[in-house]
Amino acid sequence: MNSKNISQRAAFLVLKTASMATVAVLAIIVLYIMSNGLKHINPAFFTQKPVSMGREGGIAPFIKSTIYVTSVALAIAAPVGIGSAVYLAEYSRGLTPVRIIRFCTETLAGIPSIIFGLFGFVFFVIFLKLGWSVLSGGLTLACMILPTIIRTSEEAIKTVPMPYREGSMALGATKWQTIVKVVLPGSIPGITTGVILGTGRAIGETAAVILTAGSSLRAPVSVTDPGRTMSIHLYVLTMEGISNEKAFATAAVLIMFILGINFAANKTVKLMRRQV
Amino acid sequence: MNAAVSIRNLNFYYDTLRALNNISIDIPANRVTALIGPSGCGKSTFLRVLNRMNDLIDNTRVEGEVLFNGKNIYKDFDVMELRKKIGMVFQKPNPFPMSVYNNIAYGPKLHRKADVKELDGIVENSLKAAALWNEVKDRMGNNALGLSGGQQQRLCIARCLAVGPEVLLMDEPTSALDPISTAKIEDLVKDLKEKYTIIIVTHNMQQAGRISDYTAFFLNGEIIEHGVTEEIFHRPLDKRTEDYITGRFG
Repeated sequence: MNSKNISQRAAFLVLKTASMATVAVLAIIVLYIMSNGLKHINPAFFTQKPVSMGREGGIAPFIKSTIYVTSVALAIAAPVGIGSAVYLAEYSRGLTPVRIIRFCTETLAGIPSIIFGLFGFVFFVIFLKLGWSVLSGGLTLACMILPTIIRTSEEAIKTVPMPYREGSMALGATKWQTIVKVVLPGSIPGITTGVILGTGRAIGETAAVILTAGSSLRAPVSVTDPGRTMSIHLYVLTMEGISNEKAFATAAVLIMFILGINFAANKTVKLMRRQV
Repeated sequence: MNAAVSIRNLNFYYDTLRALNNISIDIPANRVTALIGPSGCGKSTFLRVLNRMNDLIDNTRVEGEVLFNGKNIYKDFDVMELRKKIGMVFQKPNPFPMSVYNNIAYGPKLHRKADVKELDGIVENSLKAAALWNEVKDRMGNNALGLSGGQQQRLCIARCLAVGPEVLLMDEPTSALDPISTAKIEDLVKDLKEKYTIIIVTHNMQQAGRISDYTAFFLNGEIIEHGVTEEIFHRPLDKRTEDYITGRFG
């Protein structure tokens, strides 16, 4: 065997190890959390209120809060994000303002979430007087996941082949008609992926919501009520040494949520791809 | 000779590069006009001026006049209306990733609200006119991307016909197709000229000879010579035309 062949094999081995390591890390985390958490989960854990700060009882209000806060975030970030992506990809290729917008979204993506939390606290909670609420938390999360949605949607829109656009325009379609009837349907799988990625980030986010959504033990009834998401609950349980068992159980539920969403997203995107 | 499109002193610029140089030509109605010439000589640019597809490219500029039915296409026409009247078939078949039916119905639906029955009629007639009806009538709901290359190209032609054009611009419509599909498209072009004025860009000299009534020879952004195809092919006036046609360059 010559040296070229040896170096190729060595490189292949290194790359393979690196990718295996990624899978291993994920597997270890999930298995560890699940093995510690699942044994403390029973149906009542999903349906009951917490008792004595979470030492006993379930996490029903926190599941509710998580769903509310994430829904508010998505309801705002998805339309704004997809709209910006269409503008960036279709209406303004190569213009200077676009380079500025793109730079801003990229920077926004790199800002630590606690800073979003601080901003949300000062702006939404205090300045806009929204208080600790589902709305404040949702708005803050929306700001945070916006760059993810914009970036992935823009990439998805750009992958729609130019000849489709030309074919449509050549039939006398306006640019807007072309976008609505050809470009967006063609990029929906990619856009969905982006929205799901954003959802995943929003669901598990702690720092950005702890300062904005509050940590009320009661389930929110309206968007102006405070709420404690699962990740905040997990944080409080551990930080204040309330109950490690319940913390692991909450973590396991959170991971199930995220795995569930990713799984559903994969299925949906595959289904949509087949229809296109 | 009745001109469908008259071009007067046309210049076209990409930024500062002059791609078309003082072009004047009348395109006869209900005839097939072939545009020939080496790559990069401006044939496709010229074609794309005629339905203003070049508007989509930034930093381009047009000088001169293009008259369609006596009206200046850059002044007296809404661009959407113009593209409805002057349809375009591209080099690579580009059906939309939707059903055969929806591909054809796409254009008519853009321009007005047609009821289902009317739409069905338009779709059937367009597919028949494009000699595709018999091959697809039982799979109207199937995705158009599942058709063969030649069928896709005829679908694109049918898609153009569905919006009721007067002129068809074809930019090397057979260059991505096999010989049998090419022959079908060529036959179709010969049929279509009864109702439509056709301008076709081709790199294939034999094709130009087979299907066109008139030929224009482009070189470096200029029309060197144009006229009846027979004349251009057998008695070219310009040495450069003769060299190109006999295959000495290009």
